Amino acid sequence: MQTPAGARGVQATSIVVASGRPRRAPSEVRRRRFLASVADHAVAIFFAMVFLTPFVYILATALMTKSQALTGSLWPRPFQWSNFAEVFRTMPFWRSTANTVIYALASTFGVILSSVPVAYALSRMKWRGRNAVFLLVLATMMLPGQVTIIPLYVRFSQWHLVGTLWPLIIPAFLGDAFSIFLLRQFFLTIPEDLVDAARVDGANQFQIMWHVVVKLAKPAIMAVALFQFLYAWNDFFGPLVFTGNNPKVWTLSVALQQFTTYQRGVLWNLQMAASILFMLPVIVVFFLAQKVFIEGVTLTGVKG
Amino acid sequence: MAVATEPGLKTSRYRKVAARRRLRYYGTVALFLSPWLIGFVALTLYPMVMSLYYSFTKYDMLTPPRWTGLSNYRFMFTNDPFFWKSLRNTAWIVLIGTPISIVFAIGTAMVLIRVKGGRSAYRTIFFVPTMVPAVAATLGFVFLLNPSGPINTILRLLHLPEPLWFQDPQYAKPALVLLGLWVIGETMIIFMAAILDVPAHLYEAADIEGAGPWQKFRHITLPMISPVIFFTLVMGVIWGFQYFTQAYVASASAGAGEIGYPQGSTMFYGIWLYQQAFSAFHMGYASALAWVLFVIIMVFTVIMIRTSNRWVHYQGGGGFR
Repeated sequence: MQTPAGARGVQATSIVVASGRPRRAPSEVRRRRFLASVADHAVAIFFAMVFLTPFVYILATALMTKSQALTGSLWPRPFQWSNFAEVFRTMPFWRSTANTVIYALASTFGVILSSVPVAYALSRMKWRGRNAVFLLVLATMMLPGQVTIIPLYVRFSQWHLVGTLWPLIIPAFLGDAFSIFLLRQFFLTIPEDLVDAARVDGANQFQIMWHVVVKLAKPAIMAVALFQFLYAWNDFFGPLVFTGNNPKVWTLSVALQQFTTYQRGVLWNLQMAASILFMLPVIVVFFLAQKVFIEGVTLTGVKG
Repeated sequence: MAVATEPGLKTSRYRKVAARRRLRYYGTVALFLSPWLIGFVALTLYPMVMSLYYSFTKYDMLTPPRWTGLSNYRFMFTNDPFFWKSLRNTAWIVLIGTPISIVFAIGTAMVLIRVKGGRSAYRTIFFVPTMVPAVAATLGFVFLLNPSGPINTILRLLHLPEPLWFQDPQYAKPALVLLGLWVIGETMIIFMAAILDVPAHLYEAADIEGAGPWQKFRHITLPMISPVIFFTLVMGVIWGFQYFTQAYVASASAGAGEIGYPQGSTMFYGIWLYQQAFSAFHMGYASALAWVLFVIIMVFTVIMIRTSNRWVHYQGGGGFR
């Protein structure tokens, strides 16, 4: 017997009868749906395991002895927790961490401070040329860094700032296109009446921005702060170019890369242990602020 | 004295007041924009002009720039072996790596969407690798894929061939693509949101017509998410041309500091540019390389945008092909 074409793809989990009470689907259908869901989960679990595998092996290797790490074995025997302490002895981990924290915190502060007013002007103030400027901001997001970095390096070098963190921190205070974009999109969603109410109360632009818009946009500002912190923490090219010549100012990314460059596969266990220590803080921060991150990503991709 | 009474509405006094208020308003706008304005001039406009200038000079930072006209460009196109090699490698990553990543992102998004319970746990697992610093992730993969490492051990257990990955010129770039697939989480989430945004009634209409899952995917899902595909493609291409960190870290780690290791297979345009600028301090030549890159990216972007209306389908019309 042929089922009518429409019945095959019905997604509803229950059929509402005229009396209004949901009726359970026949056991045939329920069993088929259960099997389909098991299959879906199985595929998802498979993918999830594939994605988790690198973490597992990196952690496993981080706990191995030097010789065992060279063998490609899959389980540490014995567990050498001292590797993590050893990392601090073989590379300047504390200092690099301090440098990375300084860079991340300072640039995050700068980006928020400079991007909020710009986004506010681009979204809640009306003026001629507003759209053109916004397009310009977007355009700078697509500019390849190589085109601007050489003259910037030359300039900072003339000011004797190469070999410090300043060339990385100063630009953060001059606006960041991505943050401006995110904030502007969010600011646009704030209802006009709230702004009008404040204006009627005699607030000037500063007060409106601070008391109305910023207060309501806290989640978006949090997202921007987290993105910038993450970007700075993970940044390699910037610190490499501007601090590469001065080991005292290396951030973790540069320090780790330098530490591993001449290893030739010798100290894998320490390299992996150092990698784990390097990625741990951001993973922890992520778990504490998951929702903010994912909402921020969705905001860029779909509304963009 | 009343300022705005009919018929004296637009008295000259009123106009002066209004003008002063408008000036103050635009002043405030300018003030709010000032960080970005200063940044734009100092960090974008000025460096772009200067690097264009440098590209016509010979400049090593020890002596002032010396004008040499088009000689940098001439050398680049005729005498520089690494220019063409790095361009080829970069084109490989852009034309092969980016589409693979997008397909993989859509695939994992579709897998995840079908799961009803615990979706956020899976989503977290797929997203966390994106947070990992590129240096750490690259080192992790150089280790995982080292010839006597865990992945090859598994391949051996499965009686599959064991490539030398980062030690083999044929497999170094595919290894980098694998690394890129691991950090697909962010793109996947964007696609998940886009796919979930597709109106359900379109699928229902297709069901009535008797469409199977693949047909629904191809004729409803894909066109409806094509703007997001386009966006990811453009950003992926732009980013792909600037590919640097992963290649630098991988070749330095696997090859003890030799860039482009093994045998120049990971010599990407960004790496060659970096070497010329910050190792050899050929600032003029490196600037020329930078501008050529910029032009190539622009051309690619314009081509993509121009051809987009043939396959990108914006909502507003709705419906199938």
